[in-house]
Amino acid sequence: MKETVGTRGLILNEPFLWERGGKGRTGYSLPRRDVAAAALPENLTGDGPDFPDLSEVEVVRHYTRLSTWNYGVDSGMYPLGSCTMKYNPKTNERQAALTGFSGAHPLVPSELCQGALQLIYELEHYLAHVAGLDAVSVQPSAGAQGELAGMLIFAAYHRDRGKPRSKILIPDTAHGTNPASAALCGFKAVPVETGPDGVLLPASVEALMDDDTAGIMVTNPNTLGLFETHIQAIADIIHAKDGLVYADGANMNAVMGVVDFGRAGVDVLHINLHKTFSTPHGGGGPGSGPVCVCKRLEPFLPAPRVVKTEAGYALSEDFPKSIGKLHAFYGNFGIMVRAYSYMLSMGPKLKDVSQHAVLNANYIKEKLKDVYHLPFDRPCMHECVFTDKFLEARGVTTLDVAKRLIDYGFHPPTIYFPLVVHGAIMIEPTESESLENIDQFIATMRRIAQEAEEDPTLLKEAPQNPKVRRMDETTAARKPCLRG
Amino acid sequence: MLQAVGMPDLDGLFSTIPDACKRTDTLDIPELTEWELNDHMAALAGQMVSSADYKMFAGAGSYQHYIPEVTRYLLSRSEFVTAYTPYQPEISQGTLQGIFEYQTLICRLLGMDVANASLYDGAMAVAEALLMAIRIGRRKKTVAVSSLVNPYYRKVVETYFAPTEFTITWLPYRKDGTTDLSGLDQIEGLAGVAVQSPNFFGCIEDLEAAGKAIHAQDAIFITCFSEPLAYGVLKAPGALDADIVCGEGQSLGIPQSFGGPGLGIFAAKQQYVRNLPGRLVGQTVDADGKRGFVLTLSTREQHIRREKATSNICSNQSLCAMAAGMYMAALGGTGFRELASLNHDKAEYLKAALQAAGLEVPFASATFNEFVVKFPEGFDQRWQDLLQKKILAGIPMVCYYPELANHYLLCVTETRSKDDMDALVKEVQS
Amino acid sequence: MKELSEVNLPEDIRYTKDHEWARKKGETFQIGITDFAQDQLGDIVFVELPEPGDRFESGEEFGTVESVKAVSELFMPMGGEVAAINEALEDAPELVNTAPHTEGWMLELKASDSSEYDQLMDRAAYLDMLKGLEE
Repeated sequence: MKETVGTRGLILNEPFLWERGGKGRTGYSLPRRDVAAAALPENLTGDGPDFPDLSEVEVVRHYTRLSTWNYGVDSGMYPLGSCTMKYNPKTNERQAALTGFSGAHPLVPSELCQGALQLIYELEHYLAHVAGLDAVSVQPSAGAQGELAGMLIFAAYHRDRGKPRSKILIPDTAHGTNPASAALCGFKAVPVETGPDGVLLPASVEALMDDDTAGIMVTNPNTLGLFETHIQAIADIIHAKDGLVYADGANMNAVMGVVDFGRAGVDVLHINLHKTFSTPHGGGGPGSGPVCVCKRLEPFLPAPRVVKTEAGYALSEDFPKSIGKLHAFYGNFGIMVRAYSYMLSMGPKLKDVSQHAVLNANYIKEKLKDVYHLPFDRPCMHECVFTDKFLEARGVTTLDVAKRLIDYGFHPPTIYFPLVVHGAIMIEPTESESLENIDQFIATMRRIAQEAEEDPTLLKEAPQNPKVRRMDETTAARKPCLRG
Repeated sequence: MLQAVGMPDLDGLFSTIPDACKRTDTLDIPELTEWELNDHMAALAGQMVSSADYKMFAGAGSYQHYIPEVTRYLLSRSEFVTAYTPYQPEISQGTLQGIFEYQTLICRLLGMDVANASLYDGAMAVAEALLMAIRIGRRKKTVAVSSLVNPYYRKVVETYFAPTEFTITWLPYRKDGTTDLSGLDQIEGLAGVAVQSPNFFGCIEDLEAAGKAIHAQDAIFITCFSEPLAYGVLKAPGALDADIVCGEGQSLGIPQSFGGPGLGIFAAKQQYVRNLPGRLVGQTVDADGKRGFVLTLSTREQHIRREKATSNICSNQSLCAMAAGMYMAALGGTGFRELASLNHDKAEYLKAALQAAGLEVPFASATFNEFVVKFPEGFDQRWQDLLQKKILAGIPMVCYYPELANHYLLCVTETRSKDDMDALVKEVQS
Repeated sequence: MKELSEVNLPEDIRYTKDHEWARKKGETFQIGITDFAQDQLGDIVFVELPEPGDRFESGEEFGTVESVKAVSELFMPMGGEVAAINEALEDAPELVNTAPHTEGWMLELKASDSSEYDQLMDRAAYLDMLKGLEE
């Protein structure tokens, strides 16, 4: 194996902000005071916050040191399954920072914000086209809010038909956000068991679908990295009982330009701009979770919506059946600018993105399946799921493999998800990685499997290279310390 | 690679997808070079009115504040920008300590015990606070919300409550521009009450009295805000016995960006920590006893508790929380207080100047950096004319409160100079 | 995890299929989870209990027990009214790990029908059930 990228480096300690600084220092140049002081009623005034006073260089060193304790996509390969940690092109950041966008007040008259309205309108149009559905709202702030929008649309649709329903079918492979979003809408989640091949069987859906079930939430491709082959038959069963089909599009990166979700029978789908459309994840957000719908559900989309009129683009509230507002304004606009910039940079080549994402995942699957147990040995989509079954005899677990990868300079895959696979290791390389990087990752995974045989303590004691070693999460939860 | 996976071509990779689900067309999206993209985006951005060249006197939930370069610069560190949620703490300590510090500074600003790692925005934070009050209240099924809570936040609350069995009672406002809480004792099964301060009229609510009235009904006292800078000079809501304090943090170093991404701030008393929505960062030690941080109390969250989770939120506004932390650090306690005073004093200057010019300020309560002005009949045309002169003279209130025709909500931050204000006064007089 | 031979199974308590136990204590019954259950759950970080005065049917969920990354529901071995809860668990949930059948008790119940106790499994029956799970 070639030399690994993982190594020790100079890691600097850094105290808390409030352990630094001195009274009266500031990293901010206050605007000149050109008016007199005015009094506030004494019963309302307080002493102001107890923040530390820091100089600019203290603030810069503090956050620069903190940043070096982090691993990002810009640091190296980040094969975190289900999260699509692809490279985030820097031109997107430039576009979002344009003063016309970043300095825009959301409540100016529409003739003064045509650029933003046009961008939203076109982005919604492009997203609908990629999904194969008819209309989109980019208002949801993240995937989970996109799901919530979808479930609110389900509830509103059935209510509109005068027959509210109380249940929703959710496969056991679903993201945890699915049942949580459904519960917010008052739906009782009914679990559907995955078939032996890792995909849903129409018969299992048929057995559970009834007149009180609003529909089904399917993640497709599913969280095992497999395409739900029977999606059309399942949609037919649901539609026959006047139910609706929701697809969690978190895994859209596998099928752009390939799958037409409208033809597949899907009625509602959400997309994660911070996954498929390359906007950076920011250490946990902000994201954006547009919700896409078929024609007959369009009246229920969140409002306001951007409409095109003879006088230009405008915001319209005139959607009496709308589920309403999900965001104070129009959603995470700055994220939309980045995704729009990405889509226009790629154009029809978005299909190449999916092809390469899928090729990379299948390549890893083939090259590792002799050393890591592969529970479903069939062509995968953009991610593949292994388990720690072959390592059990040595007392080594998925967690140990993940932590050892850190020492070798890789971000670990998603672990212990999906829940239906015991000891899951879920690898999503994305299209961004070169063959050399992928080969290096494969060689590293193989070496770790070998270490598990020969010297399991290397894995048990990992990681050794980062700023901190394994954390005591039990004490953190028993005696929570949530502020300094 | 194709050989290794045993496929003749790239299309073969999709053999598990039935043909009937496949698309037959090519994606119809233009493809631009970086050069062309820059031109295209510059053209779109050029059709926007930006705060840079207009004199904006508009707030209403989105505030123009100067963002120190140090915040913008540090926030572009790609180790922060391109990382995922810190599920692997060993290589996420930067995000984790940064968010732990953010939680701490938010607690100090609001006088609260615990703050979460962020929610989407102020509107969603209020909705989550009310749902949390319902969880705490167990069998109680009603919440009350002040009609002076930002109207957009109220709309989002309505969306979140629409599919539930819970009801919302809207509380009227009084002549002085604050919330009328006198009817609380008439409401049955009251789980929680939300007021905003400074409220949508810019008026500062008497939170101490509100807290007493709400607690007298054994309900959860929620206070929210859209302008957290106010707490640089106002009493912290925590000191006034608030149970949950939440709102929008865009003012804390985050660009206005046509309304998003912003920052949903959420803080509560310690006793409610297990009912909080969203992520929490906690301090602990590693295998060598060294200080470090992890995501904790995760059993509240959707990935573990699924349909019984305290919220469905997963991705939050982490990078915006980092920005807020950097901003609060750059200003420091002294700077934050001074900046807050400056906002207040400038707004008072404009208020006094407009009053001296004969205009009416209908709500008598004290304000921070926003206030309502009643202009003479027919001012709407003048307001349009001022746009031509690159002055946005406030937000018309009639869209939110039909009874307030000719009333405008004006906002003055540190970015408006005395000259700007004098010019506005001159214009509205003529 | 413990081997079955290492699991502590006292004689003076009765067991349920969901791994709760009940002990007759004068007029009331003490309720908790078994050594087998705590071992399966791992480090317990929080126990959510009902309030004294709350009433439950036999088999009804009365609370949850949390480890770092899992939540498990707790089910009533018998119906009745909660007379007291173990407040020590609030600050020391680890008692459920270290002494599941003694200091780690969860609540005391005024049973509505004491005969339900006799229908619970004794040590031998519970052990047989555990053996069945192993296979």
